[in-house]
Amino acid sequence: MSGQSTETVTTVVIGAGHAGLAASHFLSARSVDHVVLERGEVANSWRRERWDSLRLLTPNWQSRLPGLRYEGPDPDGYMTVPEVTEFIERFAKVSRAPVRTGTTVTSVRPADDGYSDGYQVTTDQGELRCRTVVIASGACNQPSVPPLKGAVPESIAQLTPFGYRDPAALPDGGVLVVGASATGVQLAAELRRSGRPVILSVGEHVRLPRTYRGRDVLWWMDASGVWDQRYDEVDDLTRARRLPSPQLVGTPGRTTLDLNSLTALGVELVGRLAAVRDGRALFSGGLRNVFSLADLKMNRLLDTFDEWAVTGGRAGGFDAPERFAPTRVPESARLQLDLGSGEIAAIVWATGFRPDYSWLDVPVVDAKGQLRHTGGVVESPGLYALGLPVLRKRKSTFIYGIEDDAREVIDHLTGYLSAGSPAGG
Amino acid sequence: MTTATNGVNVQALLEAREVLKGAPEAAQFTWRAAAKWQSGVHSEIKVQSFFGLGQEQSHKQEWTFQADHPEVFAAEDDGITPIEYLLVGLASCLTGGIASVAENRGIQLRSVESVVEGSHDIRGILGADSDVRNGYNDIKVTFNIDADASKEDIQALVAQSTKRSAVYDALTNPTNVTVEVA
Repeated sequence: MSGQSTETVTTVVIGAGHAGLAASHFLSARSVDHVVLERGEVANSWRRERWDSLRLLTPNWQSRLPGLRYEGPDPDGYMTVPEVTEFIERFAKVSRAPVRTGTTVTSVRPADDGYSDGYQVTTDQGELRCRTVVIASGACNQPSVPPLKGAVPESIAQLTPFGYRDPAALPDGGVLVVGASATGVQLAAELRRSGRPVILSVGEHVRLPRTYRGRDVLWWMDASGVWDQRYDEVDDLTRARRLPSPQLVGTPGRTTLDLNSLTALGVELVGRLAAVRDGRALFSGGLRNVFSLADLKMNRLLDTFDEWAVTGGRAGGFDAPERFAPTRVPESARLQLDLGSGEIAAIVWATGFRPDYSWLDVPVVDAKGQLRHTGGVVESPGLYALGLPVLRKRKSTFIYGIEDDAREVIDHLTGYLSAGSPAGG
Repeated sequence: MTTATNGVNVQALLEAREVLKGAPEAAQFTWRAAAKWQSGVHSEIKVQSFFGLGQEQSHKQEWTFQADHPEVFAAEDDGITPIEYLLVGLASCLTGGIASVAENRGIQLRSVESVVEGSHDIRGILGADSDVRNGYNDIKVTFNIDADASKEDIQALVAQSTKRSAVYDALTNPTNVTVEVA
């Protein structure tokens, strides 16, 4: 609105999800005055952008925020979406985060008043002037759908995970699910169980068993130190940050949801969707190699766990090492699908998500739409990020990783504040 | 620590990768082959020039290839069958990739041999059955590799080379092809 005066605050946090609230927790602890701006409500995307059956991939004991732990009866279970929402809401209350809901940020730009550093934040509720900004608006603001979507005939319904709630939302008939990350395998299984014919298009993917040697696989990730690997120790950081989510599902039965279990359910596996031409979906003939890559990588990871179990002197505490059957290659995976034949009525694009920085008027976004940052410290002084994949460690991708990340990033931020303005330097 | 000496200048490739990350226009290559009909189904193909790194480039010499069909096709067999050139391309691409990945991973290769087989129902090209495709139905590559590495590491080497192979990609994914008369 015009005519409103500009409010001044030291730090603006954008987003009241787990990351923004963790930032607020450490800012409060260091007595940095701040506000947390939230376009909707606390944990907004959990309320509005998740399908009904989704549960967290991490077990409850790993669902931890600064000063807040799961204390319920089922530490090995997985939170449902309402439970996650409630958990994050409780964190906002306990940490007394200064959240302003219903406040959409429309622009962040360098302050141009000529006498100091800092940022001008424009929202639909007014203007703020601050020295530092923490971007905690999430990594999954938009479904990422390949351009070949445009070549799909109009008779086929197209959905993204944002629009999908449950199988009933789809027209009757077969479904092509594109993408075999956690989202794709979960939706393929659910749609198949609803009685529909399901074809799953599989590109490069990350295969993991739900449990290994009697423990949750994410327990192993944590205990063996894999998740503590720092961003500057990761071999190919760009790749690590773009990696699809692992083929996991959180269910009370702690079952593995890999491609073999989908095949057993009757899901038909095809290669990566390479093109839509003349009303036909064309799939890559490289299915066998993406299976090999995923199987080899999984086994290498399990080797790492086994070695850790021995060198950690804990080999006695676990079930025996195990190896899982290689991914079964279909007898003859089909290379094309006639989209006009009526065989499928819908396509679900489980092809990942991307962040939305359209409001960020600071040149820190790369050609692929990702924020340029070093462990959460963005190239522009005073600008920080939290809640992105492999931000500072491998575990940054999960809620579990936010405590360390937020502490370290806010440490850097307070150091920047106390170093004073670099003006004239 | 890399100790392998497979003869691949991996350092140069890694440096090129870094440079081209920031210069995508220089990464645009055009490969060329010029073919000339001889007689019957025999043609001669010459390859020398290509475009890349922003300018015209050239192989050190011109390479000449003969393509024909075998006598069972009632031809003179003055060269290999065109569809066999696809196997030549695939085998050489995967093999070069294996050497490169091995060099990068510090794996010493002693021998890398492979057999590539493409199963082909020729009723397609003869027009004998319109339900049969013209090209290969399946291609199978079998590697025999002797190297200072475990079986799993060798499998990973082959899988990674396959993942990065230009010819494998060209064969497994559709490509827009324009054929016209100048």
